Amino acid sequence: MKNGGATRKAMSWFWLIIGLLYFFIPLLSTFLFSLKGKKGVLSFVAYQHVFADPKFLQSFLFSLQMSVYTIIVGLVLIVPTAILINLKIPKAKPVIELFSLMPFVIPPVVLAFGLIKFYANPPLALVSSPALLVAGYVVISFPYIYRSVDTGLTSMDLKVLTEAAQSLGAGWLSILFKVILPNLRTALLSATFLTFATVIGELTLAVLLAWPAFGPYMAHVGRDLAYEPAALAILSFMMTWGSISLIQFLSRGIPGAKSEIGGLH
Amino acid sequence: MNDSLHKDKERSVRKGAESSGKTGGALFVRAAPIVTSKAWLGLVPFFVFIFAFMIIPAGSLLIGAFQRNDGHFSLVNFSKLFRPNIISSYMVTIRLSFVTALGGGLFGFFIAYAICLGGLPKGIRSFMSTFSGVASNFAGVPLAFAFISTLGRMGLVTVFLRTALGIDIYEGGFNLYGFWGLAVTYIYFQIPLMVLIIQPALDNMKKEWREASENLGASSLQYWLHIGIPVLLPSLLAAFILLFGNAFGAYATAFSLTGGLINIVPILIGAQIRGDVLHDPNLGYALALGMVFIMTLAILAYSWLQRIASRWMK
Repeated sequence: MKNGGATRKAMSWFWLIIGLLYFFIPLLSTFLFSLKGKKGVLSFVAYQHVFADPKFLQSFLFSLQMSVYTIIVGLVLIVPTAILINLKIPKAKPVIELFSLMPFVIPPVVLAFGLIKFYANPPLALVSSPALLVAGYVVISFPYIYRSVDTGLTSMDLKVLTEAAQSLGAGWLSILFKVILPNLRTALLSATFLTFATVIGELTLAVLLAWPAFGPYMAHVGRDLAYEPAALAILSFMMTWGSISLIQFLSRGIPGAKSEIGGLH
Repeated sequence: MNDSLHKDKERSVRKGAESSGKTGGALFVRAAPIVTSKAWLGLVPFFVFIFAFMIIPAGSLLIGAFQRNDGHFSLVNFSKLFRPNIISSYMVTIRLSFVTALGGGLFGFFIAYAICLGGLPKGIRSFMSTFSGVASNFAGVPLAFAFISTLGRMGLVTVFLRTALGIDIYEGGFNLYGFWGLAVTYIYFQIPLMVLIIQPALDNMKKEWREASENLGASSLQYWLHIGIPVLLPSLLAAFILLFGNAFGAYATAFSLTGGLINIVPILIGAQIRGDVLHDPNLGYALALGMVFIMTLAILAYSWLQRIASRWMK
């Protein structure tokens, strides 16, 4: 039996190391590749080229702006809905959970197709407006936002807190802003960073709706250049790492909070 | 008289206590009926949004799929789905999703098992969880670039294998921009996704089960055959389906890796949007509908398996 435990441990180390190699070899070679911009020496010249390209900043700022709009619209739509459902209409919970699976059933490429078909002609000609892109992003990030907020709401004693505030004479607005939202801070920040990480480099909707966003810009660079794409990949990886670490740092200690399953691309 | 008044009071107090016991506060109870109908109104903005930007646009594809190009009702688009090039495109997509879900699923399961139950130091688990969160989100364009720098023709690993070990993987038939190249790249985000979604099921494997089976003289193999695998099977299948769907709908990674040259359904739909390559928009709608149909089957199977799996999650 003791022997079995030792074998199990050895196997665990084996799989862990294989896994780490699979994860880190591409990252390491991408990093080394990104340093080869100048012949014969390792240098950060590819990074300098990336930052010197005005389109880099333009497209990044465009995507940043879109992600801010997505976060605002997403939170304003979903937070009150999640609070209402948890507090007053638990009957509607299965319905909204069904809806939160829908973006999985309708992949981004199909969503883009539907949006383009439906909003192409007047009176609903939204195709040339960035509002349609933001709307698509809200649909894509809705499951993540909803799940973060729902986890936050179920981990606090929403009913007791609301009733206590009511019996002290608080109105709905002050309950929302002084009781519920402060307790939801962590969940809201998680949702924010997750949405940011999803939207900032998003390709499918941006390319199909023809917006000069960061994802299409990166794809364009990849077609023409060799070392700069590697530098962009490293920068994106660092951004993703930053967002996810912040989420995990913020949500530590919340009972029932799981690391969000992102990555449904 | 006095007595009856007293009784009345008592009754009303008891009534108050009863109702507050039910819903937790007298104030709340009085307000409840009005607020509830208002509460339903509060859901309206959200549902309007979801219908306007998800359900109705997707539904318009559904309608389009049942129309001929002149707008008449017809099933002709679905018969066109059986054209050889479209069938092969569905087959490649299904094969790609299957291979990466199986490979990523198995690999991810072993890693998750190692960090949950393998007796490794505690810090490793939290590191791997964070890292899995990052890696499963690291898809699309940057992931394609990473693999081009690694396994492309000039990629560091390709060059290393050729110069140091004399193995030319491209001579051997590997091509990063073909099926297996795409599969290796997808597995990069499938493994960490598996690590994330299978952990709760592994945490529910009770130590007592293993101890009890060992006390009764079962070998490790018997433990797995009769306890471990039967308990985990619904969770494993559910995770497999989720990974399958994840690969099935992926567009960005394939587009940026192959430049849109591989014949998979998302790429074909993307090409149809960008330039009507099928010369038949209604066929494009049917193509999209086929995709939604397969994803719906996947999600139904997933939730059914989740329900079975949750029997052990107590």
